Amino acid sequence: MEQIELNYPAKRKIPKRAHVGVVGSGDMEVLLEPGEDMVAHVFIRTSVDGFGASWKAVLDRFFAKYDGAARIQINDAGERPASPNCAWSKRWR
Amino acid sequence: MTNKRYGANFIYRQSFIELDARERATALFDAGTARELLGPFDRVESPWLAMQGVTPQEDDGCVVMKGKIAGQASVVVALEGAFQGGSMGEVSGEKMTAALDLAYADSKKGTPTSAVILLETGGVRLQEANLGLAAIAELMGSVLLLRKHAPVICLTAGTVGCFGGMSLVAGLASYVVMTREARLGLNGPEVIEQENGIDEFDSSDHALVWAIDGGEQRYATGLVDALVEDDTPQVVEAIRKFVEKGAPAVHRSSQVDLYRSRIGALDTSRQWDPKELRTLWTAKSATEGKQ
Repeated sequence: MEQIELNYPAKRKIPKRAHVGVVGSGDMEVLLEPGEDMVAHVFIRTSVDGFGASWKAVLDRFFAKYDGAARIQINDAGERPASPNCAWSKRWR
Repeated sequence: MTNKRYGANFIYRQSFIELDARERATALFDAGTARELLGPFDRVESPWLAMQGVTPQEDDGCVVMKGKIAGQASVVVALEGAFQGGSMGEVSGEKMTAALDLAYADSKKGTPTSAVILLETGGVRLQEANLGLAAIAELMGSVLLLRKHAPVICLTAGTVGCFGGMSLVAGLASYVVMTREARLGLNGPEVIEQENGIDEFDSSDHALVWAIDGGEQRYATGLVDALVEDDTPQVVEAIRKFVEKGAPAVHRSSQVDLYRSRIGALDTSRQWDPKELRTLWTAKSATEGKQ
């Protein structure tokens, strides 16, 4: 298991928390809560080691578009990189 | 219960199997009455998994909800089969036991509180071996206490099924509900094959596995109280019916003589066919004066 932590600047508060997913094979669990400061903190625990660069690329892309101040916990069991972007874009609003 | 598997409404089913544990639990309650206890944001996760390089889940794969079913106070505990095979660890076990103990305390105080346990599990979580075993022992004690006051209903919808120590919990339940997709047994097919060889049990032979462990066979031999389609309204209706019925006067697991005599009467010098067993035990249950 690998742990990855990433931070992104944020411009607005988010109103509520959200939970989605299961730590099942090919899936992941995401917990999203309003953050205290104007930063988006992302904590990732993934069962698949060695994909730090892919996680960063996916999240860089995501936070280029969204600017909410959130604390995000990702518990991953081998989700494919494209899925988070699609799934979260819907949840974020 | 008739099995209208290929009826006109078949394609309009709302699959229960495709729901995750949280959605399954929510679906069982009267609309708007359910609230979750120790949810994922409380972050009570297994302290043992990360140490062993396994990604934990924030609710430890165990969803506990309190609310009303058929207007009566009820608690639902749902195991998430997709997380570590629905296995029982220290935290998931303690959550389930505590939920049943609270239901027992409420029942004793005059508010009968039924428990519905959604079992999608292979039993003890190997990474937490002894703690998982202890959890199942405690859980069985809690079921025995609660079932005197309010029904404990076990539902195995599939597709993981219910095996290992948790099948003992199902055995103690007031009522067991299954779909024909689900399986229920003490030792899982793979375990039997691994321990006794492929001649004993071929776990890749799905027709054989379901003919023995499958919901239809379990229902036909009287070990399960209701067989339902993989359809959410049907599942909900079956659970409501048993909540309304209340705890039975005699539990299945108390009928020791009945089951001992059934096993004793079997001629084990030859191989029995699952279909024969249905005829034998269904016919027998009528003459044995089973409730």
